[in-house]
Amino acid sequence: MTSIPYAIPRRRARHAVARRFEAAGPLTYLFLILVVLGSIFPLYWSLVVASHTNAAVYAYPPKLLPGGNLFHNIHRLFNAGIVNVDFAKALANSAIVSTVVTVSVVFFSALAGFAFAKLDFRGRKLLFVLVLATLFVPVQLGLIPLYIEMKHFGWLDNIKAVIAPNLVTAFGVFLMRQYIVGAVPSELVAAARVDGCNTWRVFWHVVMPAVRPIAAVLGLLTFMMSWNDYLWPYIVLNARNPTVQVAVSDIATVAYVPDYSLILTGCFVSILPLLAVFLLLGRQIIGGIMQGAIKG
Amino acid sequence: MKVERTAVLTVPRTRRRLLRRLDSRVSPYLFVTPFFVIFGIFGLFPLVYTGWISLTDRNLLNPVSHFIGLQNYTQLIHDSYFWNAVENTFGIWFLSTVPQLALALVIAHVLNTKLHARTFFRMAVLLPQVTSLVAVALIFTQMFGHDYGFVNWVLGLVGIHHVYWEAGRLSSWVALSVMVMWRWTGYNALIYLAAMQAIPEELYEAAAVDGARRWRQFVHVTVPMLRPTIIFTVIISTIGGLQLFTEPYLFQPNVSGGTGGSGRQYQTIVMYLYEKFLGSSQFKFGYASAIAWCLVLLIGVFALVNYLIVGRIRSAEA
Repeated sequence: MTSIPYAIPRRRARHAVARRFEAAGPLTYLFLILVVLGSIFPLYWSLVVASHTNAAVYAYPPKLLPGGNLFHNIHRLFNAGIVNVDFAKALANSAIVSTVVTVSVVFFSALAGFAFAKLDFRGRKLLFVLVLATLFVPVQLGLIPLYIEMKHFGWLDNIKAVIAPNLVTAFGVFLMRQYIVGAVPSELVAAARVDGCNTWRVFWHVVMPAVRPIAAVLGLLTFMMSWNDYLWPYIVLNARNPTVQVAVSDIATVAYVPDYSLILTGCFVSILPLLAVFLLLGRQIIGGIMQGAIKG
Repeated sequence: MKVERTAVLTVPRTRRRLLRRLDSRVSPYLFVTPFFVIFGIFGLFPLVYTGWISLTDRNLLNPVSHFIGLQNYTQLIHDSYFWNAVENTFGIWFLSTVPQLALALVIAHVLNTKLHARTFFRMAVLLPQVTSLVAVALIFTQMFGHDYGFVNWVLGLVGIHHVYWEAGRLSSWVALSVMVMWRWTGYNALIYLAAMQAIPEELYEAAAVDGARRWRQFVHVTVPMLRPTIIFTVIISTIGGLQLFTEPYLFQPNVSGGTGGSGRQYQTIVMYLYEKFLGSSQFKFGYASAIAWCLVLLIGVFALVNYLIVGRIRSAEA
């Protein structure tokens, strides 16, 4: 967030780099390849463990290559008689929660971001300072009253309890506001008004199309955050109606002797959707992080 | 908004103007309302209400709660489990953050060269960030297993005896720090990289004229210029690190329950909060709320301290 003013357009940056440094030497590549191996290895390892029987996982020395048991383990994972958790439902719940939260965060952030960036109203500065302040307040520490609140609403054990508190984020509003200040010319807003657009239509027809790039980034990051969220869903949901993270942790915590082939199959399956998204859209995610110093 | 239009429309002009004024007056508030309402109900109110609950003996099992003043706080100050959790949290934070940010700086520096497959390297570095905390915790817990784990096997290859990672204080801290580092180093590296690319070319040229080679340019130009970004990452990792929960909570998944090992050797503050809240069936909401407020306070103070320390080091060098 503080580093936003230091980001500069990508094209210029590329030239600067090209001029600044000589081409990377073999040692540089060696170092980077080691870093890459370190990044990938734990994920590879989860695949190795997930593709063996549990007996093979408790072998020494450990097996270093994937085995042929992955589909059998996935089959076990989705068998509620074995894992005491409805994993298919967990995946569906996570998909619903993450999608609703993402759409809501992007929409309301754009709405408020537009107001803070381009509209004139009394108290604008003060309200925006309030948004900034909440960026640094660890709000999730209000989880005890939030739990009481959810109990009061009768939302415990219901995914509503996971969706509702995440419908807006201060970070989203901040990101949108910063983007709209630069990306939507005030003349364009004025021109739309001259053409008879009211504020809502200006938002819908002028601002929304213009914020598409940053909306994609914010959406991706929100989806990832929501999919990976653990503590709060763990507090309000149970094993019969979990999100995917709660389900995986439940498989791990229930057994007295952990069945790691099953547990890491759960991990592997829970990572796959995000991995797919990352491989498809990683470039945008990186662009977003580098532009906005984003806490994912 | 000041622009007036004379086009003839079906709506009488005065009414139209009135609507317009209403729109420009009211719409901004309507646009920011959803954020503030939802945030108020689910963010701000609970945080403030935590303060109130912390002054009561509220308990899930006990329908009537009483105002007991600062009793929870005075009890907390004399609670050795709490201070143990504080020590663990700070220990793990230190072990994970300092090497993490140093390594991130180096990686960013290396990525900031003319590279083939630049996007590939950036994506690979960021990959751990996509992985959920639950998966990180469980995968690494398996890797750190005593008898069959990968880490001990590798150590065995170079003649080091198997380590009971969960059992010792320092060893459990190291294992948990590795998990945190793995997930966050690449992210911080990309933040630094973004800031590095914004450093004006002239500074490097001037340093080169003064005879500074690449390493000295890094120390005397890059690092000082990154000061605001370093402060930012330190503060972010302070806020995140002091709330560490998932990794230690799932470190020994079959025996945990939030105590952080048999000797509470790696119980963090949020784990202790959880233990008092729901984990050990004590349901001491009042006491847990006091822990929450102390944590907020600790985060605030510690973030400020870090801000001052990092600021001083940099300005001393510059």
